[in-house]
Amino acid sequence: MSEQYMLRVVKLSRFFGYGFLGRVKFPAVDNVSFDMEYKPKIFTIAGESGCGKSTLARMILGILEPSEGAVIYKGKNIYALKSKERRWFYREVQAIFQDPYDTFNPLKKVDRYLYETARNLLDLKDAGKTQDIVDACLKRVGLSFDEIKGKYPSEFSGGQLQRISIARALIPEPKLIVADEPVSMIDASMRMNILNMFKEFKEAEEISFIYITHDLATAYYISDEIAIMYRGVIVEMGPADEVLIKCHHPYTKALIEALPEPSRRDDWLTRKVKPPGMEVKEFIMPGCKYADICPYREDICEEKKPPMFDVGNVKTACWLYK
Amino acid sequence: MIVEGLKAGYKLQTIGSSEEVGVYVDAVSGVSFTLYRNEVFGIAGESGCGKSTLIKAVYGYYEPSLVLRGGSARIYGAKGEEFDTTRMDRGLLEKRVWWKHMSYIPQSSMNVLNPTMRIRDHFAEILRIHVGMKKGEAYQEARKYLEEVGLPVDALSAFPHQLSGGMRQRVVIALAILLEPSLILADEPSSALDVINQKVALTLLREKQEALKNTLVIVSHDMGVHGVLTHRMAIMYAGKIVEIGRTADIFWKPLHPYTKALIESLPRLGDKSKRVGLSGSPPDLKKPPDGCRFHPRCPYAMLICSRAEPSLREIKEGHYTACWLYSEAVGEPR
Repeated sequence: MSEQYMLRVVKLSRFFGYGFLGRVKFPAVDNVSFDMEYKPKIFTIAGESGCGKSTLARMILGILEPSEGAVIYKGKNIYALKSKERRWFYREVQAIFQDPYDTFNPLKKVDRYLYETARNLLDLKDAGKTQDIVDACLKRVGLSFDEIKGKYPSEFSGGQLQRISIARALIPEPKLIVADEPVSMIDASMRMNILNMFKEFKEAEEISFIYITHDLATAYYISDEIAIMYRGVIVEMGPADEVLIKCHHPYTKALIEALPEPSRRDDWLTRKVKPPGMEVKEFIMPGCKYADICPYREDICEEKKPPMFDVGNVKTACWLYK
Repeated sequence: MIVEGLKAGYKLQTIGSSEEVGVYVDAVSGVSFTLYRNEVFGIAGESGCGKSTLIKAVYGYYEPSLVLRGGSARIYGAKGEEFDTTRMDRGLLEKRVWWKHMSYIPQSSMNVLNPTMRIRDHFAEILRIHVGMKKGEAYQEARKYLEEVGLPVDALSAFPHQLSGGMRQRVVIALAILLEPSLILADEPSSALDVINQKVALTLLREKQEALKNTLVIVSHDMGVHGVLTHRMAIMYAGKIVEIGRTADIFWKPLHPYTKALIESLPRLGDKSKRVGLSGSPPDLKKPPDGCRFHPRCPYAMLICSRAEPSLREIKEGHYTACWLYSEAVGEPR
């Protein structure tokens, strides 16, 4: 295979309707493109609620068909896979979701769930071998089979259950894990343990991650590259250090300034921010979707959509950098 | 406001096949603290540590299954009036204390706003009941307050669901400061909001507190929020306060091992050094462990920690902690 990239997201859009019979369409994800190389890394998609990051994740996972554009995984369009290839895709790409209590069926014992995943995705018939694999995956997240045997999801804490759902994702030996807000419901004291685990898997086992989050501090901590989304559009993308410390796009700047950071206490209290406007209106704006709030706005911003401009290693969609 | 030995918890009734089994969840277990005028006080802790229960108990908001087991919560009004919210029933609280002397901002603004009432009528109702103001006059007043919190005047005639989450939270803040109470309790006021809306709501609360010179209590699991907003703060773990002190001391010179772990696990922009979280999980409050409730997870646990409960002691001026490491009986901290 001569493909240079493991994953290519090409001009991806997804429209949703609202209003009477959903006749007015707005793009929840609007013409988003990015590439991930084969070299393992953690790519973060960050943004506030309603920015389209989860919609984007679902399209990459192959569970929500895009309205326009394509997702190419290892050279194959994932929405044109034959049934055998689809099973391959589901082994290669796994998901971890926000609420672990939602991931598991409350009436089903957790070990049975793990067994079924192993049997379905790996076509295993041998019960002993299945147990070995499940046990090995649990060990990788710091648990053991004896700890979970015969228990229901309600018998675990959120942190433990999230670790089990990570173990489940590891069963088919995936190459890419899409984690949608995996730690936002986990307590702070345990959050870092889970994120450290992602880092370890990346380094020791060469698994790539797409980490979807609203939390820029954890994003900075674990990611190699980051894309900031606003109202369905990627506004800035590049190495995490450069995007989050230098902040090129006015929206990235506003986000970083609003972050409650104890060491910048005085600054935080005195500096004012302008609250965002009405969501739907911004989604359908013809030009830059941040134009209404942006302190650097010019006429062109309202009229024409900014393309991605290169600023060093960073790409940003802002007319300031033309 | 002085809170002394407050104990509250949840009584759960499980109806078994033959008998009723009562389970008590010990969510707030003997909590004492004092709040001063003109300060922002933070209460931090992880989910299930009892911080919301504490606020509900102080406010006197007892929903079914939440019961009071002891202690007192005395609030002093601007003119020195004293009320003990644990000794008053709900009707009396509604008439004499709530909104006027003490107001409550919950996490979800829809718990306060009535979905069938226009925003302006929320203001009118409070002003009518507590001040006896007429409708027209109340609407004028409402307009003034909405402008102060940066909302468009159109919002007055809107129903709550027509506003965004950030706007609704600002309406609730405007309602909470309407009668200039001496104490405002805010339970996770911004955790349902985005960073930018969060900043708008929190700076608004802080500004109003500075203008009114009253007491603002912020309950939040987010240490960052406390770091930028509060003057003093308490750290709760498993139904108990483990540390109280000035916010700067808590952040830069924490005493309790739990506080240390919390602070050390905070990721910061510009710092990629490895953060390590705590192992294990908080105890089940239906059967909390003996001794110090943190000892099963504590890296410094000693024999005494599992046997006797440490009390909250002043270690440095205004900095209290409940930990055997700082007790003379055991020796200097290692």
